[in-house]
Order: sequence, then structure tokens, then C-alpha cells
Amino acid sequence: MSDTTHTGPVLAADGTPLKRSLRRALRAQKLRALALIAPLLIFVLLTFIAPIADMLFRSVENQIVGRTLPMTVEELRDWDGEGTPADSVYRALYFDLFLAAEGKEHTKLGSRLNYEESGISSMFRTTGRDVDNIGKVYQKAIEKVNPAFGEGAFWYDMMSGGQGAEGNGTLLSNQIGRLEGLESKTFTGDIGFVPGAEIYKILPNATRAYTAFAAFTVFMDEDVVAEEDPWEAVYPALLLDLREPATTAALAGYQGPGAQELRDLAAQADTLPPVDLKAALVESNEDWLRTEYWEVIKTYSPPYTTGYFLNAIDMEKTTDGIALRADDERIYGILFKRTMFMSMVITFSCIALGYPVAWIMSNLPARSANLLMILVLLPFWTSLLVRTSAWKIMLQQQGVINDVLVWLGLVADESRLVMINNQFGTIVAMTHILLPFMILPMYSVMQTIPQTYLRAAKSLGANNWTAFWRVYFPQSVPGIGAGSILVFILAIGYYITPEIVGGTTGTFISNRIAYHISTSLNWGLGAALGSILLAVVMVLYYAYDKIVGIDNVKLG
Amino acid sequence: MKLTKTLLATTALTVAAGTAVTAQDMADSMTLVSWGGAYQASQVKAYAEPYLAANPGVTITWDESSAEAVAKLRAMNEAGNVTWDLVDAVASDSMRLCDEGLAMELDHDEVLAAAPDGTSASDDFGDLLVSDCFVPQIVYSTTFGYRTDLVPEGVEPPSSICDVFDLAKYPGKRALQKRPIDNLEWALYCDGVAKDDIYPTLGTDAGVNQALAKLGTIKDQVVWWSAGAETPQLLADGEVFMGSTYNGRLFSAIAEQNQPIAMMWDMQSFDLDGWIVPAGLPADRKARVMDFLKFATDTQRLADQAAYISYGPARDSSASLVGKHADLGIDMAPHMPTDPANAGNVHIYDYEWWADNRDDLNAKFQAWLAQ
Repeated sequence: MSDTTHTGPVLAADGTPLKRSLRRALRAQKLRALALIAPLLIFVLLTFIAPIADMLFRSVENQIVGRTLPMTVEELRDWDGEGTPADSVYRALYFDLFLAAEGKEHTKLGSRLNYEESGISSMFRTTGRDVDNIGKVYQKAIEKVNPAFGEGAFWYDMMSGGQGAEGNGTLLSNQIGRLEGLESKTFTGDIGFVPGAEIYKILPNATRAYTAFAAFTVFMDEDVVAEEDPWEAVYPALLLDLREPATTAALAGYQGPGAQELRDLAAQADTLPPVDLKAALVESNEDWLRTEYWEVIKTYSPPYTTGYFLNAIDMEKTTDGIALRADDERIYGILFKRTMFMSMVITFSCIALGYPVAWIMSNLPARSANLLMILVLLPFWTSLLVRTSAWKIMLQQQGVINDVLVWLGLVADESRLVMINNQFGTIVAMTHILLPFMILPMYSVMQTIPQTYLRAAKSLGANNWTAFWRVYFPQSVPGIGAGSILVFILAIGYYITPEIVGGTTGTFISNRIAYHISTSLNWGLGAALGSILLAVVMVLYYAYDKIVGIDNVKLG
Repeated sequence: MKLTKTLLATTALTVAAGTAVTAQDMADSMTLVSWGGAYQASQVKAYAEPYLAANPGVTITWDESSAEAVAKLRAMNEAGNVTWDLVDAVASDSMRLCDEGLAMELDHDEVLAAAPDGTSASDDFGDLLVSDCFVPQIVYSTTFGYRTDLVPEGVEPPSSICDVFDLAKYPGKRALQKRPIDNLEWALYCDGVAKDDIYPTLGTDAGVNQALAKLGTIKDQVVWWSAGAETPQLLADGEVFMGSTYNGRLFSAIAEQNQPIAMMWDMQSFDLDGWIVPAGLPADRKARVMDFLKFATDTQRLADQAAYISYGPARDSSASLVGKHADLGIDMAPHMPTDPANAGNVHIYDYEWWADNRDDLNAKFQAWLAQ
């Protein structure tokens, strides 16, 4: 027999401790099990969890404002919300908008902000069309003084500071980063241009505008910087720089390419048109003077917002904080309450109608029960749309039910019942459609309750009702629980039936979600409404677990 | 630096040359997106079949997703995999797609055929080019049909939009579209607001309330529809006395199905439907779709479409070529919304205004409906 005095770890045949050897064997088993469920796991992750997570993220995501108007947002930080912002804000706006309009991104921002305040969309659209013309005024004036300023090669040399000059890499990567943010892409590779460090100190606006142009030319237009004439925005930028009193002094000592031309231009700067970008933008669309619009831009400038969620509960963000929406714009509260209420009514109707059916089926001989089962399943196999449309034919005023009632003389021809395009129609149609989801779990639970229990109760002196209520019913509760959860959760997210038979008073919150996803394109608000619905379902599930206990739910 | 420049220049040249070569190569299949039903059938007959006859080897796949085109295109664009080549969309959707950068901007004179008399495409389409991304095909209208047998005895049939609001004279239910557009304008017009003042009035809170109050006078009697096929069905069943829908739907109920329905053209609301090309198509697919687009929107093709459906061609030059219905043999011109006899008093719907105010008014309208 073995050596009983040995006190060390138990060893396996190969000498490794038994514990480790066992763990290794188990790990292999676990890995095999994981590999078996891996296809399903990956499938669920990719097609279910990831899209839902992405959609939920949209309910708070709001990076578009900061990415499209980075400089404006920066400048707007100091605005106190009174009157119109400072001129520097309009100046930043012009250069932001110019780049955005070149990339055709400004209208996206307009649509986004229009969700918050009507009219912003056309403000961005019209001004986006005008930004070229605003810059052209200065371009023409400057080229009139010296045509060299119209040449791409001249600008390229001037802005890069000539061959071998020290470059400003930070400015370059900033501008590429700005373009990446705007286009939501990553750009890599050399653009064949580095802004000169010295010229940037003297002409910061012009160098920045030209660098943005250079990055755009290479990455978006796929052209060569040195061969392209710069776009209009660099001219007002250059004039802004030349108007600065310090520039003349700095230019006096400058030796780089274009120094002489710049000095000549600076000397004549007073004869050139004044750079009033605020006036130009306002002339393009006078809504740029509206305080409300600027408030919206400022309120929605952070990259993440609670705005969508506030909208989803009939509130809004204002500069004074969070406020309830006007009476005539509140809709989601009504719809959430209505969705809850009607889903509950539908669930209870299903219990009331389904319980006797499940009872009969479980008490009939197998042959008849199967026939009944087919009758339950038959509508289940019919298309949802067909069933819903059939209800329309049944319930409408010139429909089957009203015709029969009129024929029987129960209802006068002039006062036919209104049973569709309202809550009643939705409840009837959805109860019918969801009934199998209630009957099937009830049936499979009731099948497991032995008939002998009822007989035993009766032989012990219970009457029919007591025997049912005290003995049979408690055992069938798990089936009711399972059916109720199924029906309620399905009902709360139902879309097509309320849309067709719901009219105005029988529609659900899901109809508004569908509207925002497919028609208004306000995906953020749709996502926020969906998140709230998901949260409500989870809270109800939790409450159900606490009250009934999820262990008591049986599907069979 | 010089080396980089040269390298870049060479790359750019190769890229340019590359695109030039592939542009010759057109893709031999394309996916067109439309509305399904009789309308898509008219496009197949008038555009696709002659194009395929002239270009054997090309296959066209039809997708009936225009109703969800905006959302689907956005999703495809975000996923970086646009599978559609040409999408049929109403004008307001095309503006939104253009704003969102999902549709390609077009130079209409360059990509579209000129009229047979040499008029440039942009002059031929005129004001109908409401967006840079949009190529109009048809002018349709949202207008009313009524049951001829349900007109009360001794009362002349309805002939004015305001008869919709007159429940005393014409009792019975009405079918209206479940959206603020058109309904608010009609309500204001019938509440005494002059046509030119409709949009300025709607721009104020008081104006919106006025319009909703006027609609409120018939709210109990309205069945709200969201699909164009619902009104003809409701009229055919006798569920409603009168209802708004697209004029082509009413035409097919009246002329093809012989229902006791008649048109009421007063204050019909003109709208446009046309093509957009999704942004960012590969060169070969783009070349094919541009070739098709030029063919399918020329003067003759637009006129041909009117033989299958009662929508007016969007080109001026097509109007005189509109003939008879292909199967019924009836003259199509009197059934066009643009026919002078029908277009006496029309409502011109302001796209730009609605693009700005749609979100806000929709919220108010839905809240009003839910109350």
C-alpha cells in the first residue's frame, strides 16, 4: 500500500501535484466548452451587443459642433450670452465655416443644431454658399495691388519660408488634426508642405489658413500644394495680419521669400477694404445676429451632451439651465405613459383570454389538445401584417363587425361604432397577435400539474372554486409569469400594429423612435428614447424578480 | 523636400491616369432604388427597358426602399459600404441627403442631356432643380379625391379645398396625411390667410396655433394616413367621404379600378420626385450610373413615363410629348397635375422653409395629435 507517512502534496502519476494536474485538465475542458459556444457568442456580440452599444452611445455623443467649429467654440467660451458675441467669434466662425463648407460638412452641423432651434439649418446652408464670395472681395483687392499674390507657387514659397527654413510642425499637425476631426478620418503621410516658423510669428492668421488649405488640398482633393492657387480664405486672413500694428515692424526685419511684396502690401493696407467678417456673415444671413442661435451653439459645444435625454423627457437645455418644454411641445411623457398603460392592458387581456384556453388544452386528451394547439399556432404562423390588416377589415366602420351589428339591428346605420384608429383597435389587434405568447408557456406549465391534485382536494372536502383557487391556480402562476413577461416586453416595443390601427390615440413610443430613425434622422434623440425604454424594461424586470421571483418563472 | 514634391506629383499623375482609364470601364450592373408599385413599374418600362435594350450585358437590380432611403443611405455611408447606385427620392429628402453629404452634387448642364431644341438642362428643368444633388423626374401633387355617391343630395360636389373643413355641407370622415406639411397650409388658407402670407404666418406661434385650431374643427372626423395607398382604400371602402393622397394613386383608383371617386384639384400641393446619386461611388459604378441618368432623364424618356402613370414630366420640353395611357388608351394630359385645367389654384410648398421648421412643427403637430 502507499506510504502513509508522506505529508507533501498528492502527486499524479507523472510527478506533478495532483491539484495542478486537475486544474490543467479542467482548463482544457473549459476551453473546449468555450470554443463550442464561441460561434454564438461572437455572433451575439457582433450583431446584437455591439450595435446596441453603438446606438446607446449616440444618445450622448455630440462631437460634431466642436469638430466643425473648433476655433469658434474656443472663442465663444468667453461670451456671456448677452447680445451678440465679440467680433473675434465671427472671425473664427468665418475660417471654421470656410473649411467646413469646402468639406461639405457645414450642412450636417446645421441639421444637427436645427433639432434644437428651428432655422439654424438654412443659416448654415446659405452662408456656406457665400463664404467663397466673402473671401473673393479681399482676393481681388490684394491681387490688384500685386498679381503675384494670386499665384500658387509664390504663396507656397512665402508660407513655407523658402528652402531649408525652420518649419512649425505643431501648426501643421494641428491643422491636419482639425481636418481629421471634421472628416472623421485619419490622414497619414507627408503633405509636401511645412509652414515656416518665422512667417507664422509674423502672419499667424494667413499661415494657419494656408496650412489648412495645404492639408485639404493633399488629403481631400489629392492635389499638390505648390501647384494649387490658395483658396479665398487666406486673403482676409492675410489682411487681418497686415492690419495688426506690430506686423509692419516685424516685416521690416524679415528676409524670407515674399518679404518685399509683403512690405509693399502692408504699406498700402489702408487702401484695401476693411476686414469686417461679422458684417459679411450678417449680410449673407442676418440670423447670425440672433442671440438664441448663438446660445444653442454655445450650449451644444461640449463633445457630450445630456440634451437628447432631456428632449426625450420633454425638457430642454437653455443657457439658464434645464427647463420643461412648452405645453404644446410635450409629447414623450404622454407616449411613455400610454405605452406602459396599454402594454399592461394587453398583458391582462392576454391572461384573461389565454388562461381558459391553456386550461382546456392541458385537460383534453392528447389528440384533441393537438388540434387546439394547431388552432393556437395557426395565426402565429400568419404574417403580422396580414393579421393586422385583417383586423382593419373587421373593425372599420364599414367593416364586418359593424355590418353584422347593423344587420342585426343592434346599431343604427348612422351611428356605426368607431373601433379602429384608436386605443381600442390597438388593444384588440395586439391582444390577438400576442395571445400565443401567453398560451404556450401557460399550457406547458399546466401540463405538468397532475389532475390528481384537484381530485384529492375535492375528496378532502374542497368545492370546485376552492380546489381551483387554492390548489391549481398557485401551481399555474409560473406559467402566467413567463407569459406576462414575454407579452409585456414584446408589447412595449411594438411598432407596426399601432402604426396601422392606432390612429392618433393608440400609437406607442416606438412609433416616434421609428420616426426619428428613418424620417427626421435625429438618431441621437431616437437613441435616447430607446435607452429610456430599455431602462424601463430592465427596472420592471427587476421589480418583477423582487415581487414574483424570476426562479418561479417556467417555460415548461 | 523637392524629392517629396516630385514623388507626390508622380503619384497624383498616376492616380489621375488611373481614374481616366477606369472611367472608360463602366460597371455592368447597378442597383436602383425606388418606391415599388405602379410608379416603379412606370420607371422600368420607360427608362430601364429601353436602356437595357441599348446596353446588352448590363443588369439592373431594383430595390423598393425609397421610403427609408434617407436613413438607409446614412447607415450605409457610416458603414462605408454604399450598395446603391441611384436612388429615387422626393425633393425634401434629396435636400436632406445633400445637406448630410450623402448625395453627390451634380453640375446639371454637364451630366444631363439638353432638350432637343438645344435648351440647356438647367433651363429646361427651371425652378424644379431645388437642390444641387437632385435630378427631378416628375411633378406630382397631393390632392383630394371624394366619393361621388356620398355627396349629399341637392348639394354640388366639393370644388374648393375649404370644403374639406365644411362638415355641415359635406358630412363624413376625411383622410389626411399624418404630418404637418400641407395640412397646416390648407388650414390657414381656409381660415382666411392670403396665399402669400401662409409661410410668414406659420413662422409665428400664433400662426401655428391658428392652423391647428382650424384643423381642430375637423379633428374628430379625420383618419390620419401614413402610406399613400391608404386613402384610395379608405375611399373605396366608403370609410371616408374625402381624402388627400398622391394624384397618381387617385388616378389608378378612378381610371383603372373604376371606383366612384372624383378628383378635386383645388389647392393641390405640388411636389417633386427625382433621382439622387449616392456620394462616394467607385469610378466604374459612377460612370455607369451617370450614363443611365443622362439617358433616363432626357426629354423623350420623361414624356414616355407619363404613358404609364399620371405624373407630370419635370422637363418643360417633355410636356408636348405626353400621349395616351399605354393600356387604357386614354389621353393622359387632362390627368396631369400640371394640366392648366387642374392647376388653376395650386399650393407651392416651400422646401427651404420646411427644411428649417420641420422638426419643430412636427413636434408641435404630434403633441397636438396626441392630446
